[in-house]
Amino acid sequence: MSSRTRKLSYSLAINEALHQMMAEDPDVILIGQGVKSPWYVGNTCQGLLDRFGARRIIDTPVSENAVTGLAVGAALAGLRPIVVHPRMDFMLYAMDPIVNQAANWRYMCGGKASVPVVFWGIINRGGEQAAQHSQALHALFAHIPGLKVVMPATARDAKGLLIAAIKDNNPVVFIDDRSLYSQKEAVPERVYEVPMGKAAVRKKGADLTLAAISNMVSESLRAAETLAIDGIDAEVLDLRTAKPLDEKTLLSSVRKTGRLIVADGGWTTCGFAAEVVARVAEKGFTDLKAPIRRVALPDCPAPASRTLEEAYYRTREDIVRTAKELF
Amino acid sequence: MTHSKKFLLSLYRSMVRMRICEESLVEPIQKKEVRCPCHLYSGEEAIAAGVCAALTDKDYVFGTHRSHGHYLAKGGDMAELVAEVFGKEGGCCRGRGGSMHLIAPECRMLGSAPIVAGTIPLALGTALASSIRKDGHVVVSFFGDGATGEGVLYEALNFASLMKLPILFVCENNLYSTHMPLRECRAKNNIFETGKPFGIRSYRGDGNDVLTVSEISQKAVALCRKGEGPVFMEFMTYRLRGHVGPDDNIQGSYTDIRPKQEIERWRRKDPIKRFERFLTGSTSIDRKTLARIVRQAEEEVAAAHGFARTSPFPKKGDLTHYVFED
Repeated sequence: MSSRTRKLSYSLAINEALHQMMAEDPDVILIGQGVKSPWYVGNTCQGLLDRFGARRIIDTPVSENAVTGLAVGAALAGLRPIVVHPRMDFMLYAMDPIVNQAANWRYMCGGKASVPVVFWGIINRGGEQAAQHSQALHALFAHIPGLKVVMPATARDAKGLLIAAIKDNNPVVFIDDRSLYSQKEAVPERVYEVPMGKAAVRKKGADLTLAAISNMVSESLRAAETLAIDGIDAEVLDLRTAKPLDEKTLLSSVRKTGRLIVADGGWTTCGFAAEVVARVAEKGFTDLKAPIRRVALPDCPAPASRTLEEAYYRTREDIVRTAKELF
Repeated sequence: MTHSKKFLLSLYRSMVRMRICEESLVEPIQKKEVRCPCHLYSGEEAIAAGVCAALTDKDYVFGTHRSHGHYLAKGGDMAELVAEVFGKEGGCCRGRGGSMHLIAPECRMLGSAPIVAGTIPLALGTALASSIRKDGHVVVSFFGDGATGEGVLYEALNFASLMKLPILFVCENNLYSTHMPLRECRAKNNIFETGKPFGIRSYRGDGNDVLTVSEISQKAVALCRKGEGPVFMEFMTYRLRGHVGPDDNIQGSYTDIRPKQEIERWRRKDPIKRFERFLTGSTSIDRKTLARIVRQAEEEVAAAHGFARTSPFPKKGDLTHYVFED
């Protein structure tokens, strides 16, 4: 199989990025709960401990605040740590090192220190895991000056964005979605970066822009297929990075289509979708032929029971229904 | 333990520089020329001086909200400190940090920050980096007694001991957590025992006696360099100024809640005066030598103020510089 067509799952694309970056740069270390256990991190970390040893692959006690702060301190000393939170809900214990310390450090030191750290948080939606095991908290982090927030929707981007995050000299919150782990596509074997702040047009269209991020990209693509049957030609944008946000691609798509739905796996109020909507309302208002709509989670904690989960999570059907209201 | 004259004078110089620099800020604070919150270190100098004297310039230090002393003792530039406190572009953080955010990467003062206990895990990470690189460098995490109320300290102690990291946890116990006396916020007055359940060697010492601090610190640093860290140290001390600002002065009225007699008792234990008495009474060092060191420090402080006053304020147009590295 040639390297052009080699297919890799999303989780193994992450694994390959980790292997390649750790081999390339001895300063890269991986810290976090369960990095030697498939139970926590799927197969994203397989083979790392054997290859790079316990000095660079550090499984930790359940101490999110100290362990995350430790990654920040190691970055200040010149390492390039990745700290993983196998359920990003637990990152809330680490808000001080992420928000108060890492995000502010460079600014409050007048540029005299940089913090090249990756905060890797995994979203675990579904499976009746309920309110404290299912949250998508990207909007919290995107709100903070000094943090970049990336959310790959595809295996190729998972590898390229993780490499870009590791190479970046700023703190980057890398958020993946466990429901995407088995998705496969062609992933280049070489080391490559997906630049932050550059959206991808996943499907061209003329009538409606579906701007999505993370797991909502595949929902949007499927919604576009359904809409095509009804004669609605939707363009699907994968925003890829919540911050920096690719305003240019977003605005030029809306200029072309005149309609916008933002699909996001986070909550509605003050959510990531709200920021995307605001940018278009401020800078693309005159291009709009219809009100902008959001397809995002209701302002409600994640439930357990399957019937409530079905009512809670947004899917292609919600996007299709919302789209039809715009014509 | 006997010490060379040179070493004793370097401790004295270190403390005097801190004190004169701190006291020089009182008037500018009262005149509102200095506006950022300043938590003055006066009275606690023996700790920064004694601990930092045990370090090389390759070792690391992290500080707190009250870190002018840590910064100076580790070798940070005094003029840049004063300029930072004045909010000037010439400051060590280019006026973006103020008194509570000091950094001097060139001498491995890696930073101070006012979130109580917030820098403890950062110091832990720097110690991890030293341990991974096997470079033999030691990290000092300074924190106050108030920080022992924060859970992250205990997470850090466990991890440091688990990984045998070269880190000194240095608690400066000045008996008050802002306005709260220790007895009102801790079930027991036993901070030095905090490290023990984690298997960490722990010491308590007189933080107003620079030689005691220095001796304990040298022992602790030696252990860390041998791979027998971490070490926990509690030094008892007292701030001679307010929690923030020259005194705890709210709308012009003196509101220091500490008993006047207690303050007076600690004034008699002023670490600089005590050390002067020791030097002139028990060594061959004379008063003239000490007076010369004081004069030199006064000149240095005056020059630092000169630099700070002539340094420009940051430009408004530069507001968003330094958020990200390009």
